[in-house]
Amino acid sequence: MANVALRKVVKMYDRTEAVRGIDLDIADKEFIVLVGPSGCGKSTTLRMIAGLEEVTGGEIFIGGDLVNDVPPKDRDIAMVFQNYALYPHMTVFENMSFGLRLKKYPKAEIKSRVDNAARILGITELLDRRPRQLSGGQRQRVAMGRAIVRNPKVFLFDEPLSNLDAKLRVQMRTEIKKVHQTVKTTTVYVTHDQVEAMTLADRVVVMNSGVIEQLGTPQELYHSPKTRFVAGFIGSPAMNFAPCTLAEAAGGGLSARLSEGLSFKIPVSRTQRYKPFVGRELIFGLRPEHIIERRGELRPDCQEFGITVDVVEPMGMETMVYFLVDGSEVCARVNPAAAGEPGQQMRLVAELGNMHLIDPQTDAVI
Amino acid sequence: MTAAATAIDAPRRAFTGSIKRSRRWALIASYFFLILFAIFFLVPPYYQLATATKTSEQISNQNTNPWLPALSSSAEGLNPGGANAAKTSLATKAQDSWMPAALRGAWANVTQLMTTTDFPIYFRNTAIVTVLVVIVTMLIAVPAAFSLGRMKFWGSGMLATGVFLTYLVPDSLLFIPLFKVVGGLGLLNSYWGLVLVYPTLSVPFCTWIMIGYFQSIPKELDEAALIDGANYIQMLFKIFIPVALPGVIAATIFAFTVSWAAFVYPMAFIYSSDQLVLTAGTITSLVKADVYQWGMIMTAALIAAAPPLVIYAFLMDYYIAGLTAGATKG
Repeated sequence: MANVALRKVVKMYDRTEAVRGIDLDIADKEFIVLVGPSGCGKSTTLRMIAGLEEVTGGEIFIGGDLVNDVPPKDRDIAMVFQNYALYPHMTVFENMSFGLRLKKYPKAEIKSRVDNAARILGITELLDRRPRQLSGGQRQRVAMGRAIVRNPKVFLFDEPLSNLDAKLRVQMRTEIKKVHQTVKTTTVYVTHDQVEAMTLADRVVVMNSGVIEQLGTPQELYHSPKTRFVAGFIGSPAMNFAPCTLAEAAGGGLSARLSEGLSFKIPVSRTQRYKPFVGRELIFGLRPEHIIERRGELRPDCQEFGITVDVVEPMGMETMVYFLVDGSEVCARVNPAAAGEPGQQMRLVAELGNMHLIDPQTDAVI
Repeated sequence: MTAAATAIDAPRRAFTGSIKRSRRWALIASYFFLILFAIFFLVPPYYQLATATKTSEQISNQNTNPWLPALSSSAEGLNPGGANAAKTSLATKAQDSWMPAALRGAWANVTQLMTTTDFPIYFRNTAIVTVLVVIVTMLIAVPAAFSLGRMKFWGSGMLATGVFLTYLVPDSLLFIPLFKVVGGLGLLNSYWGLVLVYPTLSVPFCTWIMIGYFQSIPKELDEAALIDGANYIQMLFKIFIPVALPGVIAATIFAFTVSWAAFVYPMAFIYSSDQLVLTAGTITSLVKADVYQWGMIMTAALIAAAPPLVIYAFLMDYYIAGLTAGATKG
């Protein structure tokens, strides 16, 4: 049980900076997810915590101890790899107990620990099999079992679900969450899948080109992204972006003009915040789930507008309707009953309380 | 509906048909060449076997077919002559009643080889040298391959290539300088000299084979072992050797073959028969000037070829079995 701290951590490969000065504090028993597109430095960061990559600059602490020069085996960590990395010539029991056997634990202790971990993961009946006799999901469980039996200070997961098919991935995601609730160990989890990040994490670290874009709870990231990158990365389908001009509205207040015929009235609560940007070219952001069909009376901060349907994507419980606003494609998430046909006119409601404005010069959400 | 279905099905059927046809042709062609190769490689051992069943007289007899084993034993044909002639003919007479001619001829060759020549000593020397060479080779090549293939350090790539380049220098060039080296160490005319010299052939190639096998092991496997608390020695013995066992066995077989079949070095370095090995010994003791004792030469060659055959057969299962299956997502 331990907290993990990163102080100005830098990783250079030759002359390229993979990780550019990361500061991160992970509390004891916390589940932290590092998420970002490939090449953003998330895996490198994890591997530096594991001790598999040398730290070029900065400091890493595990449980208060500086571990920069401590070899992986002495960091008291356990890692689950994307491709499982099970020892193919050993049975499941031998795989899970390998670390304990190297440390010369007594036989009875090893057996009880492995049995316990196998029970948590539901793989008791697989203990005598070899990895090649297991399915993907079972191998992943064994890899997790190998981590659990070590009873480490920190669990590290490196995209553990990427090799599983979609259905199994969702199942194992729940499994990992359950295991964390049972074992309660500090966990750092790397993924490129924002849904995995949102569902698993206590706090999510969104990374992009070697730096932390934003750190926060899933709710914070969803509702108040700090940058255009986070706004676009978190949420599926992604947030709609369209260029707009911010102007003073006729009857007081502000409005965002997206095209000749479409202007959105900015909610009064935001007027003060946006005032300095009047007259500027900005980017208007609104999530698909906040552009819906009209449901009864218009609530405050909602605005109805007309569009021409471009593409319709039925998902079952809802339908995605795509339309163009001054050349930018915009997605709306509507009730299947309300969705029109391509080419048809349609009325939609924008819930402007959830809108964002982005300064294109800094890519910051204002 | 049906029309549309046929329209879609028709081209697909034609497509699978052509795949089947080209597959059949590929099969026919591969069988043809495999059979050709099998004949090509099996004829020499067959000829050896046929000749090994005959006495020198039967071999030099122009009236028998050299491609067939001894079919009948002309009485005089079974008299190989020499010091042990009486003993041999006694032995053959006792078995006359039930043994077919070919077996009788082969038996005569074997007993003569074992009793009148130093063949058993050559065999023992070869076995000692080979076992020692295999051990020395693996002790050097396995750690070398592990460090060159897995631990990245300055110059490791160039060293790996360099190791392979040394293998490309043929022993027919090396034996002259090595003669000076072996002589300087006082190991001329001793099979210990061979134990020293053979690894110059076997180590580079075995290292090269195993570098390839070790590099094919996923990187995550050693990272997992590192995190599990293994040091490099434990990683090598508990993970790499077991997982790359097919490669280690391939290398072992190679080292065994090199040292069992080496010819130039023993020919150059050894001259007394108590130190000779099979290859050079058979030639020096069974070929006197222009007299070739073909029956015994072929028998000696067959017996000499037996241990490698047995070892191949025994290790082949391990060799083929893909032990890495299941380590990672395939």
